[in-house]
Amino acid sequence: MTNAPRASAPVRRAVWCTGSDSLVGVSARDTDWEGVRLHVVTGKGGTGKTTVAGALAIALASGGGKVLLIEMEGRQGIARLFDCPPLPYQERRIAVAPATATLPGGDVYALAADAETALIEYLEMFYNLRHAGTALTRLGVVDFATTIAPGLRDVLLTGKAAEATRRRFKGRHVYDAVVMDAPPTGRIGKFLNVATEVSGLARVGPIHGHAETVQSVIRSPQTAVHFVTVLEEMPVQETLDGIAELRGLAQGGLQLGGIMINMVRPVDLTDDELAAAAAGTLDKHELDLGLKAAGLEDSLGLATSLAAELTEHAREALAQRAQRHKLDETGQPRYELPLITDQMDLGGLYRLAAALRDQGAA
Amino acid sequence: MPLDVDRLLDDPRTRIIVCCGSGGVGKTTTAAALGLRAAERGRHVVVLTVDPARRLAQSMGLTSLDNTPRPVPDAAGSATGPRGGGSLHAMMLDMKRTFDEIVEAHSEPDRAAQILANPFYQSLSSSFAGTQEYMAMEKLGQLRQSDEWDLIVVDTPPSRSALDFLDAPQRLGRFLDGRLIRLLSAPTRVGGRAYMRVVTAGFGMLTGVITKVIGTQVLRDVQTFVAAFDTMFGGFRQRADDTYRLLQAPGTAFLVIATPEPDALREASYFVERLSQDQMPLAGLVVNRVHRSPAAQLSAARSLAAAETLESAPASALISPNETSTASPVRYPLAVTALRLHAERMQLGERERRLEEHFTAAHPVIPVAEVPAQPEDVHDLDGLRAVGADLARAADTEVS
Repeated sequence: MTNAPRASAPVRRAVWCTGSDSLVGVSARDTDWEGVRLHVVTGKGGTGKTTVAGALAIALASGGGKVLLIEMEGRQGIARLFDCPPLPYQERRIAVAPATATLPGGDVYALAADAETALIEYLEMFYNLRHAGTALTRLGVVDFATTIAPGLRDVLLTGKAAEATRRRFKGRHVYDAVVMDAPPTGRIGKFLNVATEVSGLARVGPIHGHAETVQSVIRSPQTAVHFVTVLEEMPVQETLDGIAELRGLAQGGLQLGGIMINMVRPVDLTDDELAAAAAGTLDKHELDLGLKAAGLEDSLGLATSLAAELTEHAREALAQRAQRHKLDETGQPRYELPLITDQMDLGGLYRLAAALRDQGAA
Repeated sequence: MPLDVDRLLDDPRTRIIVCCGSGGVGKTTTAAALGLRAAERGRHVVVLTVDPARRLAQSMGLTSLDNTPRPVPDAAGSATGPRGGGSLHAMMLDMKRTFDEIVEAHSEPDRAAQILANPFYQSLSSSFAGTQEYMAMEKLGQLRQSDEWDLIVVDTPPSRSALDFLDAPQRLGRFLDGRLIRLLSAPTRVGGRAYMRVVTAGFGMLTGVITKVIGTQVLRDVQTFVAAFDTMFGGFRQRADDTYRLLQAPGTAFLVIATPEPDALREASYFVERLSQDQMPLAGLVVNRVHRSPAAQLSAARSLAAAETLESAPASALISPNETSTASPVRYPLAVTALRLHAERMQLGERERRLEEHFTAAHPVIPVAEVPAQPEDVHDLDGLRAVGADLARAADTEVS
C-alpha cells in the first residue's frame, strides 16, 4: 500500500462548489450517478470497453477528483490507450483531467490487476506469507488454485477494486471514484456474483472474509455496472442478456448503471430523406445540381456514387435506430459517444470524456 | 497480394479451413459465408460454429445447440455449382456435451456417471478457460475422422486473443496431466494422512496454504475426480497433440480474420507470426468491415471544400427565382450532407488503409481479401452469399 496516493484534501471541490456566481450552474449540476464510487464497465469485445472506461475515468476526475482506473487481467490496453509504459501492479498517475475556466483539474491513476499478485498480497496481509506466495507462483500453484476454483480468481480481482474503493487516509477516501475495466459482458454476472461463486470454498480464512467484504461493496448503492455497446445486433443482444442476468442477481442490491453507446455517427438526414435514401429514391437531380453549384466535375456520375453512399448510410442509420430502440426499452439511462474517425489518442479520450460529462454520466 | 478465395475453396486438397482472429471481428459470418460459397461451388461442407448471433444461426437452420451437424436448408440445393451439387451442414459446438462424450466413450458407465456428477468436473467442463478451445479442436478432430465431409470450416471460440485457440487445448491437457493435480490428490492414493510423512515439509506447507485458500471441500472434489479420471489423464494431452498435428497437416488452411482497427490487426500480426513459427499453413488475411467509396476520385479535402462552398455562398447567388427565401438557408442541403458524409468515409477509409499497410509492410507475402462494411447485420443466406462474393472479389480486381 506504500505506493498508494494519499487522499487529497477536498479543497478544490469545496472552492468550486461554493465559488463565484458564474460557477453556480456548474456546481448545481447533478450527475446521474451521484453517490456511486465504484464504476464497473463491461461490454462485448470490440465495442471499445477499455476506451469508454478510460474516458469515464477522465470525466469523473475533471472537477477536482482523484480517480483510479483498474484493468482486470487485461493486456495493457489502458497503457496503450493513454500512451504510457506498461502498467505494473502498482497505482500510478497516468493522466490529468485538464482544468478549464469553470472546472479545476483532476488526476487519473491506473493499475493493472492480476490474480497472482493479488493473492500474494492477501497472503502477505493475513499470514505474513510473502515468501510462500512467491514460491506458490513459481510452482504454478496459484494458477492451479485459481483454475480449480474459478471464483477465486474473480474474488481476488474484484477484491482489489473494492479495497481501493474503501481505502481511507486520515478519515477520507483516497479515491473519489474507482473505474473497473471489467471482463466482457458474457462473464460479468459470474464475475460480480463473487459470494455465490466462492461459496464452495473455505468457509473461514482470508478468502471467505474477503468475499464478504467485496460483496458488501459491489451490492451497495456505491457501485454501478455500466454496459458499453455499439449499435449492432450482437453487442446489443449481449447487452440485453447481460442486463437481464444482472437484474436476476439484483435482489441483493446490484445496481445497474448506464448504457454507453459507443462509436455513434451523427445522422444528418431528415426522416423523409432517410426513408428515401434507404429505398434508393433520393432526388438525384437535386444532388447533381448541388454538386454542379459547388463546382465539381462529372457531377452526374458523382451524384450517382454519392447517392449510393447515402443509401448505405441511411440503411445503417435505420438498422441502428432499431437497435437503439431495443436499448431504450431497458429503461436504463443511455449515453452516446461519437465515433472518433482519427486514431484514438488522448485527444479523442478527452472528447469522449466531455461527451459523458455533458450527458450527465459523470 | 490478393487472396484467391475461390481457388482455395475449389481445391480438393483443402480439407479444413480455420477462421481465427480476436473477438468481434466477424469470424462466424466469414466462416458461414465461406462454407456456403464452397457448398454452392460443389463441395460437401460442414461449418462448425461456436457462438453465432441468434439470427445468423437461425438462417442456417440452427435452432438449438445440439452438437450435431444439421443440413442447412436452401443452401446448394439446386446443384448449380461448377462441380455439381454440393451440400452444406452446420453445427454449434456444445462444449460440455463434447467433454461428456469423451468421458463416456473412455470409461465404464458407472465410473463415467461418477465423473459427470463430480462438482469439480462440472466446473471444469463448463467454465475452465480453455475448455471451449479444447472441445472445438476435439470436435474438429472427430469431424475430420468421420470423413463424411470433404471440407470443414471452423469458427474459433470468442476469446480475447486469437492465440488462445492454439494454446488453450494444450493448457487443459497439461493441467489434467500435471504433476500438481496428482500431488494434491495423493491422499486418496496413499491413504489417509500418511503421505504427509513422505513429502517434504515445504510441500506440506503449500498444501496447507492451498487448503486455507480453496477449502477442504474443493480439494476433496478434486481428489475424487482425479481418482475416477485416472485412466483418462494421459489421453487428454495425447488428443490435444494429435489435433495440433492435424492443424499442421497440408490439407489445413488458416484464415486470419481482422477488422481495420489497431487492436484487431495487432492480434492478427501475433497470430501470423505464431503460425509461421509452428509451421502451420496460412492461407491469408481477411479484413472485414472496410469502408471504400464508389467515388474515390473525390478526396476528403475536396469534398469538404465543396460542402463549404455550398454553405458559405451568399444565398442570393444560389436561390432560384421560383423559390422562397424562407426555405433552408443552405441552397443544397442534400448535397452538403452527401459531401460531408463522403469526406468522413474517405477519412475513415484512409485511416483503415494506413493500418492495413502497417500489417502488409510487416507481412508482404500474405494474401489479403477485403470485405466492405455492410449497412446491416448479415442474417440470411442471401447476405452470406453477398459476403462470399465480396471475399472472392479480391482475386478479380487484381486481374482487371
